[in-house]
Amino acid sequence: MEQGSWGQPGTGNKGRNLDLLISHLLRAGVMVATLLTVAGACLYLLHHGGQPVTYDIFRGEPPDLKGLSAVWHDALSLSGRGLIQLGLLVLIATPVVRVLASAMAFMAAGDRLYLLITMAVLVLLLASLFGWLG
Amino acid sequence: MSIALFTVLVWLCSLLAGGLGALTGLGGGVVMVPLLTLAFGVNIHYAIGASLISVIGTSSATAIAYVREGFSNIRVGMVLEIATTLGAICGAWIGGWIDPGTIAVIFGFVLLFSIAFRGPAENNVSDRRPVDRITRALKLDGSFPVAGTRQPYVVRNVPGGFVLMYVAGILSGLLGIGSGAVKVLAMDRAMKLPFKVSTTTSNFMIGVTAAASAGIYLSRGYIDPGLAMPVVLGVLPGALIGARLLPKLGTPLLRRLFALVLLALAIQMIAKGLWGGI
Repeated sequence: MEQGSWGQPGTGNKGRNLDLLISHLLRAGVMVATLLTVAGACLYLLHHGGQPVTYDIFRGEPPDLKGLSAVWHDALSLSGRGLIQLGLLVLIATPVVRVLASAMAFMAAGDRLYLLITMAVLVLLLASLFGWLG
Repeated sequence: MSIALFTVLVWLCSLLAGGLGALTGLGGGVVMVPLLTLAFGVNIHYAIGASLISVIGTSSATAIAYVREGFSNIRVGMVLEIATTLGAICGAWIGGWIDPGTIAVIFGFVLLFSIAFRGPAENNVSDRRPVDRITRALKLDGSFPVAGTRQPYVVRNVPGGFVLMYVAGILSGLLGIGSGAVKVLAMDRAMKLPFKVSTTTSNFMIGVTAAASAGIYLSRGYIDPGLAMPVVLGVLPGALIGARLLPKLGTPLLRRLFALVLLALAIQMIAKGLWGGI
């Protein structure tokens, strides 16, 4: 790859192939997320489908649906809401993967300025996701 | 209402909203929040959380189509994403402090703006002025495909675009929408990018922006799996079907009808926000 060329549209097939690879990765992420959410939805509706809805009052979610590790633990125990939340987390992670892949591509192209810019975006994203900013 | 019935109804509405949002280019998130709060009586924080996730999903699922076309400018997107993610984090913060009525009023006005917003302003390509310093330092110029060849373009007014993108980020984090209209406005009008480049680069940015605020919504407990599930599972396939139907359908009439629905929702959001009921 020509130095510093990735990320500009129309700079060769290599960059284009990388973009395509990233978007395939994104689509796979969306599919996994959808499957998890659908599976969780079945369990959730099976167990709670008959209960009344109470979304009019905001209470906040219980602690086990807020943190990354807690959601993971819930999903493993096959709770419907936990599985859905895991699916939603996978979905939230897809843009992060996109930024991460861009960072690696800028690094491979030896583009230090854009590696720095991309890392800044990545740090902001991760800080938000790990709840350091909440 | 039982959870089963609620889930089915919200799913159907989300499917329709996602499809119409894609067909008209107005986006699905912009309908879901007012629909959930006004028609289903859902608390606005939950509605925004659910909508944010569907915005992320739509952006990632449709990325492949945009990449194939070869229009998006990742460099421009990445520079501006610093502004949108910072804005999104601020917006999510603000959303936790101001009262739901105020959020509803702001939502209504942003909705009115999206309806009024129309396509490209002018022909941005035939610009022959010398390139500014920031654009050169950031290596932002690009080219896009026109009739088999690649047409070069220059990028203008990076600071202006940056500020507008920060605002777009705040709105996205505060209201749970992609704020594609403001993003396109920043790139098309302020930075003079070709319209097609603006819209596709905006798609790339929308997912990253929404993810930045989604983290905060998650840790605050604004994302409820029972509500987000039918919204995401509806908006996503809806948007994909809508995008597929787009070339086959003539959309001016559809857009006008959808704009009328949005107008009604905007007025209701403002009224209920001002006089209570949200």
